[in-house]
Amino acid sequence: MSEKEVKNLEEVFEARIARDEKIEPKDWMPEKYRQTHIRQMSQHAHSEIVGMLPEGNWITRAPSLRRKAALLAKVQDEAGHGLYLYSACETLGISRDELYEQLHSGKAKYSSIFNYPTVTWADMGAVGWLVDGAAIINQVPLCNTSFGPYARAMVRVCKEESFHQRQGFEIMLTLCRGSEEQKAMAQDALNRWWWPSLMMLGPTDAESVHTEQSMKWKLKRKSNDELRQQFIDQTVPQADLLGITVPDPDLKWNEETGHYDFGEIDWDEFWQVVKGHGPCNKERMNARVNAWNNGEWVRDAAMAHAEKNANKKVAKAS
Amino acid sequence: MSNLYNYILTIADNSLILAQRLGELCGHGPSLETDIALTNISLDLLGQTRSYYQYAAKLKGEDKTEDDIAFLRIEREYKNCLLVEQPNTHFGYTIGRQFLFDVYHLMLMEKLQNSPDETLSAIAKKGIKEVSYHKRFSSDWVKRLGDGTEESNQKMQEAINDLWRFTDELFFMTEAEKAMAKEGIGIDVSTFKEKYYKEVSEVLKEATLTVPENKYFTKGGKEGVHSEHMGYILADLQYMQRTYPNMQW
Repeated sequence: MSEKEVKNLEEVFEARIARDEKIEPKDWMPEKYRQTHIRQMSQHAHSEIVGMLPEGNWITRAPSLRRKAALLAKVQDEAGHGLYLYSACETLGISRDELYEQLHSGKAKYSSIFNYPTVTWADMGAVGWLVDGAAIINQVPLCNTSFGPYARAMVRVCKEESFHQRQGFEIMLTLCRGSEEQKAMAQDALNRWWWPSLMMLGPTDAESVHTEQSMKWKLKRKSNDELRQQFIDQTVPQADLLGITVPDPDLKWNEETGHYDFGEIDWDEFWQVVKGHGPCNKERMNARVNAWNNGEWVRDAAMAHAEKNANKKVAKAS
Repeated sequence: MSNLYNYILTIADNSLILAQRLGELCGHGPSLETDIALTNISLDLLGQTRSYYQYAAKLKGEDKTEDDIAFLRIEREYKNCLLVEQPNTHFGYTIGRQFLFDVYHLMLMEKLQNSPDETLSAIAKKGIKEVSYHKRFSSDWVKRLGDGTEESNQKMQEAINDLWRFTDELFFMTEAEKAMAKEGIGIDVSTFKEKYYKEVSEVLKEATLTVPENKYFTKGGKEGVHSEHMGYILADLQYMQRTYPNMQW
């Protein structure tokens, strides 16, 4: 293809995006668009899968049968989200095995929030309320993103995430209306999860390398800082309702701007976790790599069995 | 009443303990699809457990709840069979345990749906749909692993050999079971023992596995004498309720 032809295709492509048309897997797309989507969608899929671990940690210890069932259902939803997102990603011409390889080798990232430990039952509430809350703020705009398979996967993901967030809030509410010990447990969970949740919305706009391009392709509608502000404005009144305190002495309502002002995020901690040195990075990655390695004989068996069956069918037919 | 109460527990405790074992695996399976399936089965079993325990709690009266029954009994009061408390040693064990239980479980549900006890019958009717799916999943995997690679065949055979000694207990009748069977409410499980071994053997043969010839069996779980694994399962299961008693969650 000549340079001119490529330029033409690019112009047609940009015009389609500007008209809010969906880009589908067989359509022509710039290589950078394809790569950016593989990166973001696989990172999203990996986050769902690694995200099963901190919550899976409490399945056997959930305090009531009702909560245990809800937690199991939630983790199952997350596995399902991982599955749609990997499938959507595969439409861009990459295999799930390659995507796993990128995760296991550390080449692909997953959400830094899942590198924090779940140390009490209240963390199941805080994760649902705050982490899923921040995820929704990030993800709702993606229901209208330009790449069709991603946008469609997100419609279903967002519906279930909203449900999980309500469940998480309900756990917090039950704890806050319970005994002193329960309320203290809820406060402690908020203290530990608040700042990491704010970090989920990504680095500040000045530090964010992908923002400009992502805005152009409608992978992003608002900047990280705008989304973070939206999250804080929406979450602080919920903490008030619970009767627990956001662990930020600089947090206060600003009449003029109509938003909450808030304190400085510890970006050193953020980068430390992103670079693999958070409290659970090593454990999470080991769990995934072990599951993959220990499962190899099972996957090989399934392949060998399918092949034998296919051969039997051929033998019968001939 | 006490016989019916105890009878419900002999069925329900199996579902709870097996659900608990499957719950340990979440996020650690060989593929995303098997993770989803095992969580799904765990969730079904937990749902059944809750229906049985709610019924048992009602029989018990004194404002008891399903959670009292799950979280406040000691090990000696648990009536699950030894099979379901066996550990997830590797995927072959998880599948073998599931398969050996599912075949029994479905046969039991098929009988129980005709019980004149309306609650038991209703739970069984709903359970049949779920357990049929569990059985399809576990039998398919026994075949895949048995008739897969040499390594998977060895591993599946190892699991079946090790778990086989727990199968006879499924057909052991406790006093409560005998009493309920006599009243026509419960099921005389010995009536489908032969059918069970026949069906299990057929699947094993199709999976190119050897049916164990072991004639020595172990039992005790149904009478509350468990393996050493059980205490750890309950320590996890009951930790929150024991540490923070009498609270809402």
